[in-house]
Amino acid sequence: MTFTVWAPLLLPFLAAPLARRLAEALAPRTASWVLAGTAAALGGATAVSLALLTLAGLLRLPPVAALGHLSPHWLPDGSPWTAGAAALGLLAVTGLALRAAHRQYADLRRARATAARAAAAGQLTVLEDERAEAFALPGLPWQPGRIVVTTGMLRALDGPERAALLAHERAHLTARHHVFLALAEYTAVLHPALRGLRTPLGYHLERWADENAARATGDRALTARAVGRAALAAARAPRPHRPGLAPAAHTGPVPRRVAALLAPPPSPRRAAPARTAAALALAACLALAGSTALHATTELHRTVEAAQGEAHR
Amino acid sequence: MPELPQARRHAGELEAQVLAALWAARTPLTPQDVQTALGDGLARTTIATILARLHDKGTVGRTKAGRGFAYTPTVEDQAGLAARRMRSELESGEDRSTVLARFVSDLSDDDERLLRELLGEAS
Repeated sequence: MTFTVWAPLLLPFLAAPLARRLAEALAPRTASWVLAGTAAALGGATAVSLALLTLAGLLRLPPVAALGHLSPHWLPDGSPWTAGAAALGLLAVTGLALRAAHRQYADLRRARATAARAAAAGQLTVLEDERAEAFALPGLPWQPGRIVVTTGMLRALDGPERAALLAHERAHLTARHHVFLALAEYTAVLHPALRGLRTPLGYHLERWADENAARATGDRALTARAVGRAALAAARAPRPHRPGLAPAAHTGPVPRRVAALLAPPPSPRRAAPARTAAALALAACLALAGSTALHATTELHRTVEAAQGEAHR
Repeated sequence: MPELPQARRHAGELEAQVLAALWAARTPLTPQDVQTALGDGLARTTIATILARLHDKGTVGRTKAGRGFAYTPTVEDQAGLAARRMRSELESGEDRSTVLARFVSDLSDDDERLLRELLGEAS
């Protein structure tokens, strides 16, 4: 098999940083779609590559070749080690994806069971807890999502700020941001280079919901204050441990969101040359990943047909 | 989520805001108190209607206050347990999946300083 089967495995190392850079220059909603689309396309191409490499290896095994009426003589050259490694990779990736799916399912089921016991009105569920916390609990096709907020969070904000918080969480549910998050989680398992897309995607989804809340309340400064005061209230309660906190290494997401809300709304119609270049480069990478995966598939298919024809002769 | 008609969805949003105001307050609220707490120019009659509906559903309780009623959220028997369980879920660390979109993430010390500066400018 030629190099085309390898291209989808190498391209993410180039395309993922490009997508992150491009997202920085885009409005939150577009940025989220670019990041999620990149993750989906590259993840899909990676899976196809691994499957093709494994399949090519399997076909060279005499029992499999006999089963498919193939003449091994016609099959592509390839080291059994490559096929073995690809098979292991495919197994590992499948296992990890199943584990991620199971974990998400279990988390959601537990959170739903817990929320079902609490006070509710409209989409809001209130948990009695002095610690400030709020999140969107995605629904199921037959059951709408819920906005879960603790009493500690409700008491940290005033009336208009609470309206901004509710509008923010409602935006998450309406735009189904949990699908984006789940997609990023699965593709991160498929290719190590795609792991780096999760954090920026999470950030841009929050920004997307922030912008929707600002539109719903008609007040950017109010929305900024709601986000900022909520974060300060959440930080006030001592936590047993705070994993993943880099001490002062960089500015965290919350101050960036507040600063973005205090700035004028993002205007989508100002394409800088650097942005256009990044967009073109990313589009080229994705097109290449897709076409090489397709090419490698048709190539294997053709070889198998040729080998079958030879065996029948 | 099925698409609700605009009016009904709006009613759901108002119910949520009213319940949030009642939980945020530590004392019973009259419709007028709720109106002040929401601060977005809703008619008092609208708020009274929403409170009556929440009362019918058993979501809030009410006591006589002057010529009207004052409302408090109904505390469920198992609510405290639910809250404790949810807290331990959220604190179970990095092993958690990211599928729950949390409103705010943790702050570093620098974040907190920067945030206070930003909010100082905002208010």
